[in-house]
Amino acid sequence: MKQGKEIKEGEDKGVGYSDVSNEKNNENKGIAFELAKKQREISIAEFFEKNRHLLGFDNKRKALLTAVKEAVDNSLDACEEARILPEIKVEITELAEERFRIVVEDNGPGIVKEQIPKIFAKLLYGSKFHTLKQSRGQQGIGISAAVLYAQLTTGRPARITSKINEEENAHFYQLHINTQQNKPEVVEEKSISWNKKSGTRIELDIESSYQKGDQSVDEYLKQTAIINPYATIIYINPKSEQQIFSRTINELPKKAEEIKPHPYGVEVGRLMRMLHETEARTLQSFLTTEFSRVGPSTAKEICEKAGLLPQTKPKTITREETERIIKAIKETKIIAPATDCLSPIGAKQLEEGLRKEFTAEFYTSTQRPAAVYRGNPFIIECALAYSSNLPQDQPIILMRFANKVPLLYQKSACAITRTVSAINWKQYGLQQSKNSLPIGPIVLAVHLASVWAPFTSEAKEAIAHYPEIMKEIKLAVQECARELYAYLRKKQRFHEQIKKKGYIEKYIPHISESLKEILNLREDEVPEIKSALEEILEKTRKIEELETPEEFDEEEKIGIRGEVEEEVENIEEK
Amino acid sequence: MSEEKKIKDKVEFDKNLLERIKELAYNLLQEIKSKKSPSLKTPLRNLANVHYDKEKGYFEIGNKIKKRTLTVSTSKTFAQTLRMLSLSKTLIETDDIATKREAYYVSKNWGDARFLEQPESDAIMDDIEAMFLVNREKLGFIPEEKGGDVAGKLIVIDKDPETGKEIKIDCTKMGTGAYSIPSSVEHLQFETKADFVLAIETAGMYQRLVKHAYWKKSNAILISMGGVPTRACRRFIRRLSDEMKLPVYVFTDGDPYGYLNIYRTLKVGSGNAAHINKYFCVPQAKFIGITPQDIIDYKLPTHPLKEVDIKRVKDGLKNDPFVKQHIEWQRALKQLVEMKKRAEQQALAQHGLNFVITNYLPEKLENQKTWLP
Repeated sequence: MKQGKEIKEGEDKGVGYSDVSNEKNNENKGIAFELAKKQREISIAEFFEKNRHLLGFDNKRKALLTAVKEAVDNSLDACEEARILPEIKVEITELAEERFRIVVEDNGPGIVKEQIPKIFAKLLYGSKFHTLKQSRGQQGIGISAAVLYAQLTTGRPARITSKINEEENAHFYQLHINTQQNKPEVVEEKSISWNKKSGTRIELDIESSYQKGDQSVDEYLKQTAIINPYATIIYINPKSEQQIFSRTINELPKKAEEIKPHPYGVEVGRLMRMLHETEARTLQSFLTTEFSRVGPSTAKEICEKAGLLPQTKPKTITREETERIIKAIKETKIIAPATDCLSPIGAKQLEEGLRKEFTAEFYTSTQRPAAVYRGNPFIIECALAYSSNLPQDQPIILMRFANKVPLLYQKSACAITRTVSAINWKQYGLQQSKNSLPIGPIVLAVHLASVWAPFTSEAKEAIAHYPEIMKEIKLAVQECARELYAYLRKKQRFHEQIKKKGYIEKYIPHISESLKEILNLREDEVPEIKSALEEILEKTRKIEELETPEEFDEEEKIGIRGEVEEEVENIEEK
Repeated sequence: MSEEKKIKDKVEFDKNLLERIKELAYNLLQEIKSKKSPSLKTPLRNLANVHYDKEKGYFEIGNKIKKRTLTVSTSKTFAQTLRMLSLSKTLIETDDIATKREAYYVSKNWGDARFLEQPESDAIMDDIEAMFLVNREKLGFIPEEKGGDVAGKLIVIDKDPETGKEIKIDCTKMGTGAYSIPSSVEHLQFETKADFVLAIETAGMYQRLVKHAYWKKSNAILISMGGVPTRACRRFIRRLSDEMKLPVYVFTDGDPYGYLNIYRTLKVGSGNAAHINKYFCVPQAKFIGITPQDIIDYKLPTHPLKEVDIKRVKDGLKNDPFVKQHIEWQRALKQLVEMKKRAEQQALAQHGLNFVITNYLPEKLENQKTWLP
C-alpha cells in the first residue's frame, strides 16, 4: 500500500514536468518512472543483510566471535567508566546444530531502565560516537547489530537483565528491533529480583558455528585477558569446559578524560558542521572554545592566515572560507593535543598480561610517549615474551590490540603486521625472510591506544596505515627487540661458558691419559697432571672471557682506523 | 745396501722416532707441571708456505709455524692430537700398522675426544706427520687407497708377506689386467729395460693402451694414476725415475684439473703434504698432453670450461709457486681460459679409436717442443 502511494507521487511529479516536454522527453520520463518504482528508503535490516561483512558477521564462525566480542567490549567499557574492577562471565551453549546461546554477564554499573531498549535494539545509538575519548566501542552499532543478527537468524528476541543498585530490583527485557524504522520493540518487560549488586546480562540465540583456533572466541578471550589484566573473565565454552582468566592487577588503568578535537584532525565537512552548530559568536572564540590547544593568539594567527576577521560570525562562513581556515590551520604551529584522553594500560601491566598467559624465560615491554595522527593523540605500547616452549622454526605470534580490544582478523592488512614485518629482525638475532614476520619462539603484543583508532573497516579488524602510527609502532617494537637481543646474547655467552667448563672436564682426562701412555708414567702421577691442567685451563678460560667483550668494540676500532685513513687521503689531496 | 743394514737402519729410525715422540710428550709434561699452557708446533701446510726451486724441483716447506697452545677452545684438538700420538707410539713399539680408517675407528674408544668423521682424524694425522717431518707410514699409519695400476716392461721384486721370500712380478705378464702398486713401496726393487714411464690420468685411456699392448710397441711402462696420484704412486714413479734412470711422461685431460691438480702434484707435490714432498714427487716428469695447443692442432672436440675451472686457473696463476716459476705454464693456462674450452683424453677417438696409439703419442713423444715443463 505504502509503495503504491510512493509511485503515485512519482507520477504526479512526472506530469508536472511533462508540460514542457516533447516526445523524446517522454521517453526519458518513462525511464525515470521505472527508476522511481525502485527508489525507496532502505531498511536497516536490508542494509545489514547485504553488508554483514562490514560489521563482522561475514560467516557463521565469525558471527559467534563478533557477537561475544561486542557484548564483552561493552561490559569492559561500562566497568571502566564506573571504576569497577571487571568480572565478566561468558557462556556459550549449543542449542541445536549451528544454533548457539550466548550469555554475557558483567558486574558493571547497569543501565537505566529507559535506556535499555535503545542501547540494545536501535542501531547507531550510543554514548561514545560524539565524544573524543578512548573507549572500545565507537559508533554505537556493535551490540545492536548482534541483536539484529540473532533476530534475523533465529527469530528470537534478545534477553537483557540489568540492575543499577542493590536497593532496586533488576529490569528484565525481551527486545526485538523494528527493522523498518530502526526502533526497539519490547516483547516483554518485567521487574525481577537478581542476586547481584549491579550489572548487566545479555542473552542472545544466534545461528553460528563453534571452532577452536586462531580466530575463535577462546583466542579472543585469552587475548582480552592479556590486554585487560585487571579483569577476571570466566568462560564456559560449548563443550562445557570452564576457563578462568583471573585478574593479576587490582588497579584499573587511568580513566580516559574527554577532550575537544585538535585542529590538525578536522576536515572541511566536519568544520562546517561545527561552525554551524557552535554557540560561539565570533570565529576567534569558536576556535578557542571548540578546539583543544588553541589560545587567543593561535586563533588570531589562524584567522590572519585564512584572511578572515576574528570577529566574523561562525554561521556566516562559506564553504570556500572554511577551506581557507583548514589551510591556515595546517600552516599554523599548534602544540600537540593533551594525552589525558588516552587510557593506555601501561608497559608493566601489558607485560603482566603476557606473563599470566605465557610462561616464558624472558619478558620485556615499553610504552612510547604520546604522538598525534591527524590531530588524534595516540600511544603505542608493546610487550614481548621469549619462551623456549614455543616452536623455534615458526613465525612469531603477533598479537594486535586497539583500545584494549584484540584484533583477530585481517592480519596482513593491518599496520601493525606491516610494520613488524618491515623491521630488519636479523640485526636482533632472529631469522626472517624479506617483508614477513620473523621466526622464533616469541609472543609480541602491540597495543594502539587512541581517542579515535583508525580502522580499515567498521568491523574494526585492522589498523589503517598512517605513517605517524607506523613510525611509533616501529620504535616501540625495536625497543623491545633490542632488549631481546641483549638477553639472547647474554644467554648465548652463558651457554658458551658452560660449554667451555664442560670442555675442561671432558678433555683433560684424555690429555693426561695420553701423556701417561707415551711416557709410561705411574697411575699415581696422573692426578697431579690433571689438577695442573685444570688450573691452566681455568686461567685461559678467564682470559678468553675477558677478551670476548673486545669483539663488540670491533666497530669502534674500525671507526678510528677509518678516520685516520680519511685524514691521510685529505693530506694527499692537498 | 745390504738387507741387514736396512733392517738395522729401520730399527734405528723407529727408535729415534720413538725417542722424539717421548721427548715431545716430556716437554709438554714439564710445561704443564710448571703451570704454563703447553703448545704444539706444526709447520703450516698449505701453498702459502711452500717454496718452489726449479733446481730442487719440488715444493719445499717454508718456515711458517702453526702454534697450537692449550686453551679451553683448543682442548679438544689438543687431546685428540695426544691420543693419536699415543696410538702411533704403540704402533711403532709393537711394529704394527693401522690404516687411516682403522685409526679413525680406534678413536671411537676415546669417549668425548673421538672423531666424528674421518677427515678430522686424517687432518690430525697430517699434523703429526708434519710435526716430526716424517711420512705417516713411519708413524704406523697407512692409507687404504690403491696406489695405481702398472703394465709394461718392468719386473717388480717384492717379498712374500709370510715367508719373506723374494717374489719377482713381471708386469708384461699381466694379460689385460695390471700390477697394483701397494700402499708402501719402500721395500720394492726393480728390474727394467724400458725407455720411459708413461703416467696416464684416466683408467679408460690406460685400458686402451694396455689392450693394444702399446708398451710393447714403445718399450714403456704404463701407469694409471686414476686422478690425483696417491703418495704411493708418486713414490713408485719417483723411484723408477731415480733408480732406473727413466724419463717420466705425463698424459692427462686437457683441463685445469689435469694440469694443476694431477700433473703439478705428481711433479712437485702438494701444499698439504709439503713436509714430505721431497720424497713424494717426480721432478723429472714432463707434460706431453693434452696441451691447449693440442686442442687446436688436433682439432679436438671440446666442452666449455666450467666456472670452477676458470677459478682454478686464476687461483693457480695467482698463488701456485710452480706456475709462477714457469712462463710456459702461465701461457698455456691463459690460452685455455681464452679458448674457454677443455678436452678429454678420449676426445682423440674422434679421429679413430687407435689414433692415440698410431698418431698422437708417437708424434708428441717425437716433438719435445710440444711438451710443457
